[in-house]
Amino acid sequence: MSVVFERPRLTVPVSERDHVLGPATAPVTLVEYGDYECPFCGAAHRSVERVLQVMGNDLRFAFRHFPLSQIHPHASQAAEAAEAAGARGRFWEMHDLLFENQDRLGLRDLIGFAGALGLDLERFVTDLRGHAHAGRLREDFLSGVRSGVNGTPTFFVNGLRHDGGYDVEVLLEALRSEL
Amino acid sequence: MNTVSNGALPEGTPAPAFELRSTPDQSVRLGDFSGRRLIMAFYPADWSPVCTDQMALYNEILPEFQELGAALVGISIDHAWCHVAFAQSRNLHFPLLADFHPKGDVAQEYGVYDDEIGMSERALFVIDEEGVIRWSHVSPIGVNPGADGILAALESMSAAPVPA
Repeated sequence: MSVVFERPRLTVPVSERDHVLGPATAPVTLVEYGDYECPFCGAAHRSVERVLQVMGNDLRFAFRHFPLSQIHPHASQAAEAAEAAGARGRFWEMHDLLFENQDRLGLRDLIGFAGALGLDLERFVTDLRGHAHAGRLREDFLSGVRSGVNGTPTFFVNGLRHDGGYDVEVLLEALRSEL
Repeated sequence: MNTVSNGALPEGTPAPAFELRSTPDQSVRLGDFSGRRLIMAFYPADWSPVCTDQMALYNEILPEFQELGAALVGISIDHAWCHVAFAQSRNLHFPLLADFHPKGDVAQEYGVYDDEIGMSERALFVIDEEGVIRWSHVSPIGVNPGADGILAALESMSAAPVPA
């Protein structure tokens, strides 16, 4: 008896619920499951920024949360901060700040980032303390589990898990092969 | 494409009984889980990168496993003292069992001991309330099997009619 392994597929397609960069009509969609406290995700973030510049309108990018909160104690709260900013239309700015400051993700740091973005701080803190976006995080997490996300970062290129690395060149090669 | 030989005990087999140390002074038996579902995750070794990811992932999904009525144990040939250190360092909230003496005995019984490397294969078993294996799966040693297969197995058991 033998078992054959195929690359897993994204079970929840990108939709209006997702945070998306790039045009909906782009021929290639890249989805990342990531954790703001994961150093590998920090490295991948820099690759994705570059890849977005190079691919231009040929690429749509969506980010979903996959916080491993038992090994990264700040990861869930950081993801909730991104969602709290997202609720005010500032998801991507907070997303960038979190990845650019991975060693400063305590509550006071997060409030500082919210202040830098000009968010209503009272509302931001209420969202974090009340875990207003925890349900959204869990949805993201479980959609990842169902799609074969076993660690972070995990990428999907047009719905198929990308099992190569996430250097700029490797990602570009995978994305361009879909054009 | 990866394939692995699979000598793991198949669906429908009664799960072999075991008693293993979870800490230097505590033991866990299969019978402790009678009336509940049990996920047994055999893995080669504490501290190795893939195992670490796999156990960290399961640690995060414990609430979903519990909702589906299942407890989880990890099993490797490491000693209980090693498990204690590993579980503390990763903040794991489920028992790790030491298949240490006689080495790999339980993995042998479940058909997932790799004699060449002297460790168990990376294998999963889902056992029902009656102690019967309802799903088993073996991955290539370097591949994290994830949790989707376990969740699907538990859900299919929930969907099945409850015997009178």
